[in-house]
Amino acid sequence: MNTAGYKQHISSQFNAELEDVRQRVLAMGGLVEQQIVDATRALMDSDSDLSEQVIRNEHKVNQLEVFIDEECSHILARRQPTASDLRLVYAVIKTITDLERIGDEAEKIARMADNLSKQERLAPGVLEIHHLSKSVTQMVHDALDGFARMDVDTALAVAREDELIDREYEALMRQCITFMMEDPRTIRRVMDIIWSVRALERIGDHAKNIAEYVIYFVKGKDVRHLSIESMEREVKGG
Amino acid sequence: MNTDPNPAAPISTQLATAAEVPADEIALEVERLNLHYGDTQALRNISMRIPRQRVTAFIGPSGCGKTTLLRAFNRLNDLIDGCRTEGEIRLYGKNIYDRDVDPALLRRRIGMVFQKPNPFPKSIYENVVYGLRLSGVRKRRELDEIVEWALKSAALLDEVKDRLDDSALGLSGGQQQRLIIARAIAIQPDVILLDEPCSSLDPISTLKVEELIQELKSRYTIAIVTHNMQQAARVSDFTAFMYGGELAEFDRTGRIFTKPSMKRTEDYITGRYG
Repeated sequence: MNTAGYKQHISSQFNAELEDVRQRVLAMGGLVEQQIVDATRALMDSDSDLSEQVIRNEHKVNQLEVFIDEECSHILARRQPTASDLRLVYAVIKTITDLERIGDEAEKIARMADNLSKQERLAPGVLEIHHLSKSVTQMVHDALDGFARMDVDTALAVAREDELIDREYEALMRQCITFMMEDPRTIRRVMDIIWSVRALERIGDHAKNIAEYVIYFVKGKDVRHLSIESMEREVKGG
Repeated sequence: MNTDPNPAAPISTQLATAAEVPADEIALEVERLNLHYGDTQALRNISMRIPRQRVTAFIGPSGCGKTTLLRAFNRLNDLIDGCRTEGEIRLYGKNIYDRDVDPALLRRRIGMVFQKPNPFPKSIYENVVYGLRLSGVRKRRELDEIVEWALKSAALLDEVKDRLDDSALGLSGGQQQRLIIARAIAIQPDVILLDEPCSSLDPISTLKVEELIQELKSRYTIAIVTHNMQQAARVSDFTAFMYGGELAEFDRTGRIFTKPSMKRTEDYITGRYG
């Protein structure tokens, strides 16, 4: 959160609690980001050790979600936050749900990587994922950066990025279908790639959600389910 | 019973902002109100429109003028030496500071409940009918009916119906405050002003009074001053934030407590250094 514009609470304990929650969200975000990087690397390199590591780490993400949720419910009960404090707690509760889902998607990718690493031949399409995974990872990184700085412009950029991700997803799907039509023996392997592409696309959606919570926190405006143009209008509208 | 003062007229359910309330849904309209206690200016150029049959809460730090404003609504400040009031407060269009307005009659239309319950050292029954007797209602049957209705409306009847002739001083603080509200509504005012009505009550009594406020708003316009921000958030439809004698922000309560437009409001309600 960009705390520069906000004065400190009279209760320093309340300050400390909010700051603690915020730091934990960022820690959870860092962990989730690493999970995506590792899962896609495992997929690309057919690295079963790495994919197993991702699967093992998934519970850490879940634990953080439960822990932060509990912290937030304590703040709600004890502090009855209002205005920006309320919006921060609300944004945190929503954000960690999306982070946890991103963690699940990373785990799915790791499981596909594990399956594929047991195959003798490289699955067609695996290299084509590279670009999508890079864009999606960057998007999650930017969404978290937007959250850390509570920066609306970064959040808007993330929302715009999601449209490109969706287009890339469509293109990759078409490509995978072509692979399967050309050589039906690849269907099983390409299916695993399709699931991974799908997981990456979903991660993009979750990153966009996080960007929307950032906008809600800063502007107090709910921009979910809006087109990117209306979203920009809402935000720029003051 | 034909004691219903003003059967609820239809009112638009969603009032966009306080400023957009249609003229026929306004109970009190304040225009450029300035108030001085001697050389000290307590209220500065306040203009606002208080919607009818809604709860409007006034919040703000001590000394911001919220109680003074509340007292201006029924001209209680007139009783203070050296107090000067400029500007207008219109009750359904009529300026209450006009010369032809009798403050005593005005206070029958705009009742007030104070911080500490102040029952008269009389029976419960006599407390409720006190104002009615002053205005010349004599018939026992009529008085009985109003007592029953007022105590029922104040959610107190069940607790006191068997001891109406007992002293009001024997009631608990919460019961006394509800008795005072019964006394206020017995004379069927248009507006009820509540000045920190729950500050001396325990949490359960507080919730009962808050519940009562919700029920009363179907008949009356209610203005409440409170230091308890959560109370303002719970009971009011509109919230006015006052600061240094000025009306800093006035908006729907939901808006004030989630996304106030003024930084100062934000700092106050979130408990940041002022």
